Amino acid sequence: MVQNAQNLSSAPNPANGNGKSVVIDCNITELYYGKFKAVRDTRIPIERNRITAFIGPSGCGKSTVLRCLNRMNDLVRGFRFEGHVHFQGADIYHPSIDPVAVRRYIGMVFQQPNPFAMSIYRNVAFGLKLNGYKGDREERVKRALCAAALWDEVKDKLHTSALSLSGGQQQRLCIARAIATEPEVLLMDEPCSALDPIATRRIEELMLELKESYTIAIVTHNLQQAQRVADKTGFLYVDTTQGGRTGYLVEFGLTKQLFEDPKEKHTQDYIHGRFS
Amino acid sequence: MTDIVTSVPVPSNKIDSDIVIDSGELEKSLRRPRTAFNYIMSSLTTLVTIIALIPLFSVVLMLVVRGGQRLSLGLFTQLPPAAFEHGGGFGNAIVGTLVMVGVAALISVPFGILSATYLAEVAPYSRLSNVVRMCGKILTGFPSILAGVFAYGSVVLVTGGFSAIAGGIALSILMLPTVILTAEEAIHMVPAKIREAALGMGATQMQTVWMVLLPTAFPGILTGVMLAVARAAGETAPLLFTALFSNYWLISGGRLDLMQPTSSLAVLIYNFSAMPFQNQIELAWAAALILVLVVLTVNLIGQSLSRK
Ligand SMILES: Nc1ncnc2c1ncn2[C@@H]1O[C@H](COP(=O)(O)OP(=O)(O)OP(=O)(O)O)[C@@H](O)[C@H]1O
Ligand SMILES: [Mg+2]
Repeated sequence: MVQNAQNLSSAPNPANGNGKSVVIDCNITELYYGKFKAVRDTRIPIERNRITAFIGPSGCGKSTVLRCLNRMNDLVRGFRFEGHVHFQGADIYHPSIDPVAVRRYIGMVFQQPNPFAMSIYRNVAFGLKLNGYKGDREERVKRALCAAALWDEVKDKLHTSALSLSGGQQQRLCIARAIATEPEVLLMDEPCSALDPIATRRIEELMLELKESYTIAIVTHNLQQAQRVADKTGFLYVDTTQGGRTGYLVEFGLTKQLFEDPKEKHTQDYIHGRFS
Repeated sequence: MTDIVTSVPVPSNKIDSDIVIDSGELEKSLRRPRTAFNYIMSSLTTLVTIIALIPLFSVVLMLVVRGGQRLSLGLFTQLPPAAFEHGGGFGNAIVGTLVMVGVAALISVPFGILSATYLAEVAPYSRLSNVVRMCGKILTGFPSILAGVFAYGSVVLVTGGFSAIAGGIALSILMLPTVILTAEEAIHMVPAKIREAALGMGATQMQTVWMVLLPTAFPGILTGVMLAVARAAGETAPLLFTALFSNYWLISGGRLDLMQPTSSLAVLIYNFSAMPFQNQIELAWAAALILVLVVLTVNLIGQSLSRK
């Protein structure tokens, strides 16, 4: 909530995040799953061509917040949301907005690689087919696979099943699939948690390349990963004082500043591995 | 790598002194209650499986032995014999069964899959879904003769005669609940992450259903359809009220005519097995064997489709 970036000498003009424009302005006042209040008071501005990371203990609502950004939570029965999420100025929870169209522009990569049981090519072309893309599909598929650093590994077997790929390759395939339709924003929920350190590194490098053209929001349990890739980081924590287990945003700011000089005690404890 | 290995102190002497387990402990022994129990239970499962197979095998064996005697090409090409006649076949009954089961599948498969889509995806928690699900479960145990009575009242009386269409409709009523319930189950079994992947890409609900869920659930749906087909092919009672029987081909004026009384293997078996003529009884056995083979063939075709 508090932008602490002002104090940081290494960041030029930090007042408005280096002057980058905010693509998604997420402001969750209260979020419920049925009667359970899962998240409160979380405001995160996600800036263009930046990587924004969400960290925090398990169950604090990182995935919940991320899934709010492209209305994936609409699929959960009993989901209720107060606050607003503005995507390029438009309130995506406004009744006149089609969640399907929102998800077309705000893509998602999930924790578990989830390729479809079809060929590699058809997986990547899936989004193009959905949108009735008329242009050169093969070109777009190739471009997406190249951008996801997978082309060289699969170019000779584009028509074999995607399920025959390794876990790391499957995850890169999912990234290729997500970027084939050229969304504005890419949401990634612990994209590396099922991967080994080398595959993780590749995906991190990939994220750094992708941020040139896309805006990325990522949930991660790996603090080093957040430090390596994220420009801004938000720390969420679970508040148990009001009876429930409600997550909320404790601190948000430039990654370097959040890790080196956290303002809040909870953040300090979490970053230094001290748990109550 | 190498310096890491050398830097780790290896407490070799400690490992030796830690071995306190008598090697006898590791041997297989029925004296341990756990092992003995495991042994007894696995023997029991084998035994019970064999016992369950005895009636199945004897039925199949009897079919092959008694029905196999009369197996010939003529069975497929000839019409049923009259009372004291020799020879003959039941080609018309094979065609009749295939046609009526085909009609039933044409009705119940699209209806079943679309309703299953509604139940599993569109409105799984709605009251309508609960009612349909409930009815489906009741209908799976529905006495098949009632399906016949229903089709008699709603089709035979209305169209003014027994027909293959009426038979097909009666069978489709029996197939529908099986198709709905198994297809719903199969769609449910598609992992949530696959569904999320499609929706997360901006697929509409129906795009998700057509492009991802149904193809992924296809083998499961097919199993349900095959079960339903197998059941329908063997049904006698509903056909007695709807298609009745016929000694002739399903043709009038040189064209396939679905609006006349139609023979079927099941009704032929029912009729002929009660006759006091050796020839007819032998034909009934042969028809039973052919019926089993027809169902088996349909199943094999379905399986090879789902593997693609
Ligand atoms: N579909 C759901 N229905 C009901 N409650 C849910 C659902 N998804 C999450 N929750 C609850 O919301 C809270 C936040 O969950 P969330 O998955 O967002 O946590 P997280 O921070 O992503 O945790 P992790 O790091 O373990 O993935 C948890 O208490 C969880 O039980
Ligand atoms: Mg999570």
